[in-house]
Amino acid sequence: MSSLNAWRAAGTLTMPVMFGYLPLGAAFGILAIEVGVPGWAALLMSLAIYAGAGQFLAVALLAAGAGLVEVAVATLMLNSRHLFYGLSLLKRFKGAGWRKPYMIFSLTDETYSLLTALPPERARDHALAFRIGLLNQTWWVLGSLVGALIGSTLEFDSRGIEFALTALFIVLTLEQARRLRQALPFVIALATGGGALLLLPDRHLLMGAIGAASLVLLAQYRLQTPDQPKESRP
Amino acid sequence: MSHASLLLFIATCALATFATRVIPFVALARQAEHPLILHLGRYLPPAVMMILVIHALRDFRPLAEGQLNAGATGWPMILASLTVVGLHLWQRNALLSIIGGTAAYMTMVQLGWSP
Repeated sequence: MSSLNAWRAAGTLTMPVMFGYLPLGAAFGILAIEVGVPGWAALLMSLAIYAGAGQFLAVALLAAGAGLVEVAVATLMLNSRHLFYGLSLLKRFKGAGWRKPYMIFSLTDETYSLLTALPPERARDHALAFRIGLLNQTWWVLGSLVGALIGSTLEFDSRGIEFALTALFIVLTLEQARRLRQALPFVIALATGGGALLLLPDRHLLMGAIGAASLVLLAQYRLQTPDQPKESRP
Repeated sequence: MSHASLLLFIATCALATFATRVIPFVALARQAEHPLILHLGRYLPPAVMMILVIHALRDFRPLAEGQLNAGATGWPMILASLTVVGLHLWQRNALLSIIGGTAAYMTMVQLGWSP
C-alpha cells in the first residue's frame, strides 16, 4: 500500500473522532481564551498534554490559581484510567520501535477505542496505529486552533455535534460484542458502570468503573485458573 | 501570570498525563506475555467501551428526584443512541451509524425538541 493510501485508510478510520475532536477542541480553545490563557499556550496544551477532559481541568485550575502540586495530583487522578489502557495494550505495542513513545503519548479514550476495535489481522500494524494516533491529535490541535483564533464569533450552529463521540463508543461496543460473542465483559461493565453511577461523584465515575472492572476481571482470572502446577503434578 | 510559570504549569500537566499512559509499559514491560495480562487484553477493551457508553449517557436519569426528569438533552440522547444501534445492526456501516445518530441528535437539540 502506498503511503498516501495508508494515510487515507487511517483517515477514514479516524473520521468519527474528527467530528468529535474538532468541536470539542474548539470549545477548549474558546474556554482557554475566555479565562485569559494566551492563544499560544492553549495550542501548546493541545500539543503537549493532549487529554480532552484533562485540558479542561487544567484551564479551570489555571483560572483558579491552583498550585503545581495540586495540578499534578488532580491530573493524575483524572487520567489514572489510562493505566488500565496500557495494561491491555502491552502485547500489542511490542516491537513498535521508534513509533512506540508517540503511540503511548497519544493514547486518549478515543484512540484506545479505535485501536482495540481493529480486526485481529491489523492489530499488530504499528504503522496504522501510529497514523491513527497522529491524525486524532491533528483533529484535536486543529479544533483548538480554530477555537483560540475565531473564538465565539463562530457562525455555524454546531450544538450537539459532540454526540459523535458517544455514537462512536456505541458503534465500537457493538463491534466488540460481535467479535467476542461473550456476555462477560459487558455484564461486568454494566455492573461496575451502574454502580459507579449510583455511588461515585461525576469526576471519579470513569476511573471508578474502569478500575472496578479490572479488579473483577483479575478475580475472575484467579478463580478460573487452577493453582500452581507444583501441587497438581502427578 | 509570567510566561515561565505558565510553561511550568503546562509541563506539569503534560508530565502527569504522560505518566498515567506510560507507567504500565515501563513497569510491566517483561510481563506482556503473562496469561493475566493476555486475559485483561482480551476482556478489558470491550468492558471499557461499554463503560464509556454508560459515562457518555450519564446525564440521562429519568428517575432522579423521584419524577420523570431527564434534563434538556436526556431524551434526545437516548433516541439518538437507539438510532445509532438500529442503523448499525441494519447496515453495519460505522460512519453511516455515527453520522445518522449525530444528525438526529443535533436536530433534536437545536430545535429544542424532546418528548
